[in-house]
Amino acid sequence: MRIPCPFCGVRDLSEFSYLGAVTAARPDPRAADAESQFVDWVYLRTNPAGEHEEYWYHGFGCRSWLIVSRDTRTHVIATARSANRRVAP
Amino acid sequence: MRYSLLSLIREGLRRHRGWQPAWRDAAPKDAYDVIIIGGGGHGLATAYYLAKQHGITRVAVLEKNHIGSGNAGRNTTIIRSNYLQPGNIPFYELAMRHWESLERELNYNVMVSQRGIINTFHTDAQRDAYARRGNAMRLHGIDAELLDRDRLRRLLPMLDFDNARFPVQGGLLQARGGTARHDAVVWGYARAASALGVDIIQNCEVIGFTESGGHIAGVETTRGAIRAPKIAMAVAGNTCKVAALAGLRLPIESHVLQAFVTEGLKPFFPCVATFGAGHFYVSQSDKGGLVFGGDIDGYNSYAQRGNLPTVEDVCESGIALIPALGRIRMLRSWGGIMDMSMDGSPIIDRTARAGLYLNAGWCYGGFKATPASGLCFAHLLATDQLHEAAAAYRLDRFSTGALIDEKGAGAQPNLH
Repeated sequence: MRIPCPFCGVRDLSEFSYLGAVTAARPDPRAADAESQFVDWVYLRTNPAGEHEEYWYHGFGCRSWLIVSRDTRTHVIATARSANRRVAP
Repeated sequence: MRYSLLSLIREGLRRHRGWQPAWRDAAPKDAYDVIIIGGGGHGLATAYYLAKQHGITRVAVLEKNHIGSGNAGRNTTIIRSNYLQPGNIPFYELAMRHWESLERELNYNVMVSQRGIINTFHTDAQRDAYARRGNAMRLHGIDAELLDRDRLRRLLPMLDFDNARFPVQGGLLQARGGTARHDAVVWGYARAASALGVDIIQNCEVIGFTESGGHIAGVETTRGAIRAPKIAMAVAGNTCKVAALAGLRLPIESHVLQAFVTEGLKPFFPCVATFGAGHFYVSQSDKGGLVFGGDIDGYNSYAQRGNLPTVEDVCESGIALIPALGRIRMLRSWGGIMDMSMDGSPIIDRTARAGLYLNAGWCYGGFKATPASGLCFAHLLATDQLHEAAAAYRLDRFSTGALIDEKGAGAQPNLH
């Protein structure tokens, strides 16, 4: 598997580390049902067989956090963009 | 007894033409008392114990491919019960005791070989941790022995005792641990369950659930709809996929774990060993190949194959423990899809949907659990009560906080 880093080009998997799925934002701790929202946010996963948006860190390259869209059935990567909202995709 | 020395001699004289298929390849009926999704070791064991111990024989095991084609045929065949945590020790020891009598129970040669399992330790702190683990095991009546460097050297002279970075100081031995033939476990349970009236239905994939009055009341499959008041999931890496059909989200991620086998060698490695300073475990199969594995690749996957950085990492760990591995050619590698639970321990429980039961979250450790998983899941399905040995494997432990801190890393790759 090679990841097309938007800054460095196509680079080997061994340069990257994985964090996990790009999930919804952290729940509001002041919400009335904050406890169950946090259980969902921390523990539950959609874990799809197919398109999966996930965070990768290019630690042995440009040290950017990336959002990669990858098919979990085939490992084919559709897109990789910066996770930094200030960087244009 | 269908399989005995006598029947072997008789068939040998008849050029082995008289053997019958070991189990019936059944066609689906309209309705059953229990449907088990997943024809792997756990699903078939569950069906067997439902029929044998609870007298429930109107049972169907649905398998989307052929039985044992998932993780039951992809693991490194290790059996052991060297756990530390209270929720785990009784469960895995129950499994171990059943492994020891499984061949008599099933009248099937599952090739259980109690050759012993050794976890090496490399620092003083690790020795203390293993001593504690061994003591916890012995307090539960499980055998454990702390080997010092000299005793370990006599057993496994090929280890790199004077490794500059990770010198081997000793190991924790569970002599009753070992290996079993993974395919034979599947076939043995299938044969025994089928003989008791269980329908094993292959090439039958579940594509949806049917409901009645808010309860799950059946499944839609590629071979038609089947009704049952109780549906049991034992589908390992595909758990989230099947649960999503019932509208459930679970504390599970699917990850690929690779395993490897080398070319065949003469007897070289007498037991199972795990590397205490990395993630590596190895044994020698009866065919002579060294079977070994390491960590998960570390990203969500359903692909049943992994990538090269993990291959390199596993082989580096192996050579750090056994330098002679560097001279052996690797023959094959393959991947299985692990149902990684968020605390690294399994789940055997009801779900939020009435009528749907869950057996999942086995992470790396599903194979050794097979008999106990089947026993406890069958007990849950038959009585609607958690089995006492699996009482900690509740689905709601993630919201109550009663997590099991055995490995604790779960699926989170940055914690491994």
